[in-house]
Amino acid sequence: MGEKLIEVKNLKKYFSSGIFRKSYVKAVDGVSFEIRKGETFALVGESGCGKSTVGRCTLRLVEPTSGEVYFKGIDILGLNRELRDLRRKMQIIFQDADGSLNPRMRILELLVEPLRVHGLLNGRGMAEALRLLELVNLTPDLLGRYPHELSGGQRQRVGIARAITLNPEFIVADEPAASLDLSVQAQMLDLMKRLQGEFGMGYLFISHNVNIVRLMAERIAVMYLGKFVEVGDTRKIFNGAAHPYTQALLSAVPTTDPSARQNRIVLEGEIPSPINPPSGCRFHPRCPEAKAVCSEVEPALQDTGSGHLVACHFAS
Amino acid sequence: MERAIPAREKVSPYILEVVDGLKENRLAVVGLAIVVSLVLMAILAPFIVPHDPIELHLDLRLLSPSWQYPLGTDDLGRCILSRLIYGTRVSLQVGVMVVGITAISGSLLGLTAGYLGGIIDEIIMRIVDVLLAFPGLILALVIAGLLGPGLFNVMLALSVVGWTRYARVVRGCVLSAKERGFVEAARAIGSSNFYIMFRHVLPEALSPVIVMSTLGMGWTILSAAALSFLGLGAQPPMPEWGSMLNSGRAFLRVAPHLITFPGLAIMVTVLAFNFLGDGLRDALDPRQKKRVEI
Repeated sequence: MGEKLIEVKNLKKYFSSGIFRKSYVKAVDGVSFEIRKGETFALVGESGCGKSTVGRCTLRLVEPTSGEVYFKGIDILGLNRELRDLRRKMQIIFQDADGSLNPRMRILELLVEPLRVHGLLNGRGMAEALRLLELVNLTPDLLGRYPHELSGGQRQRVGIARAITLNPEFIVADEPAASLDLSVQAQMLDLMKRLQGEFGMGYLFISHNVNIVRLMAERIAVMYLGKFVEVGDTRKIFNGAAHPYTQALLSAVPTTDPSARQNRIVLEGEIPSPINPPSGCRFHPRCPEAKAVCSEVEPALQDTGSGHLVACHFAS
Repeated sequence: MERAIPAREKVSPYILEVVDGLKENRLAVVGLAIVVSLVLMAILAPFIVPHDPIELHLDLRLLSPSWQYPLGTDDLGRCILSRLIYGTRVSLQVGVMVVGITAISGSLLGLTAGYLGGIIDEIIMRIVDVLLAFPGLILALVIAGLLGPGLFNVMLALSVVGWTRYARVVRGCVLSAKERGFVEAARAIGSSNFYIMFRHVLPEALSPVIVMSTLGMGWTILSAAALSFLGLGAQPPMPEWGSMLNSGRAFLRVAPHLITFPGLAIMVTVLAFNFLGDGLRDALDPRQKKRVEI
């Protein structure tokens, strides 16, 4: 295990709405985790469970309501001007590559923009752009094009290239492959793995796709309604999920083995509103194993042994 | 290893789109042609006028149009055509100055208000609300009246009144542009607010500002002529269309050409700018284009 790269403690993000009677959407409600150097830590969960918000708060693109975020021991929530310099070391790959590239800028300008912003251009823009293109397997004839003249996969590669331009040590990958078809998805994930092997950065990998996460991450956190329900090594979680939600999530993964399909756990109902989360355990209205205590007492995230954390009263 | 970029790709696709869109609109082309010839007229005025626009010929008063004086002479014997040509200079100068000042200051204030938000936004936009509560020309009249007659004061008055619309529109564009993915991406790579505002956010507001500036030229020229007609703007003997209308007013019955031609000049100029502005709006509005495609 390498040194600690990112440490997040009790992160909360509430979005307020309404003028007269304020109501709060508890997008993220007390989340803690650590990422080590060269490690991929994944967040999995349904749409709207707060995965992306955790990623954005970690980079302080969204201001957290409370909590602490440390990058190599530096409290990034306490920084002001220094934060802009620190951003060189922490980057993000956006899900929506299309929207994150300015349609008025050429690929060349987009690739060297991070260097320009930090005053590191020094006339080596073209060389740098060509180096980046080669790293992400794009051809140099794209440099004069605009983003809308590229395919989705090419745009996502440009997004990845922009993220690694400044040699970051930590990258948040917010569903980097979700908008791409399967073969391009695989290329993108291979590319990210290769770059990680080459430069040794830590990834916070956000995805709703359990299979991708299994492929990419060493450790996983399963999120439900703004909270972690289970955190642990990928292998341990896939071999023996302790939380009923994780079990349901994993059983929903399509499999090629027909006999395994019968064990699917189908959850009833919808994901509840994060404005009024259920009392006690947030999962209890949909949990197949819910008991009386679940609606009253909120289970804490507890270590069941060797770093495998579970938030369930009945986890063994 | 610099790759050659084809010539057409060197021009931003944005400008090409605008030109293509504009070509389809006949009125806009007519408007553009008139505007271009007005500009040429203003620049070349000393070389194309048949007579001196200021020199008096009291023996040649109120002549009807003839070969020597194509549009006739006024009550002091001055060639009306020459005065109209020189009047183009005054009108375009006022238009460019006022639109330049209002578009730039209004855009910057709107950008600041929209991007920073909070108390700064409130202060700027409440000032805008107050100014917009008055009819524009009346307020300009009051300000020009307080400052005293003179072309400079008219420009000042029109500028004070005119920037508000730019501020409003730009602020709106900024508010929507702020939520775009590439603005967040720019923050993620560590860009300064200043850089994001001018490199990523302001260009999103460019099209409406261009359209409003063009339409604003028409409005400004008309308002300046109106104030000059009331005696607040250009002072004699400066050849200005509004003041020409005013001095010709007394001879409406005996020599109608004294007000017909300056009136026509104002009308044609304002119409030309409006046609061009409407054409630009259609060419720059992405929603309009979608409707055509469907």
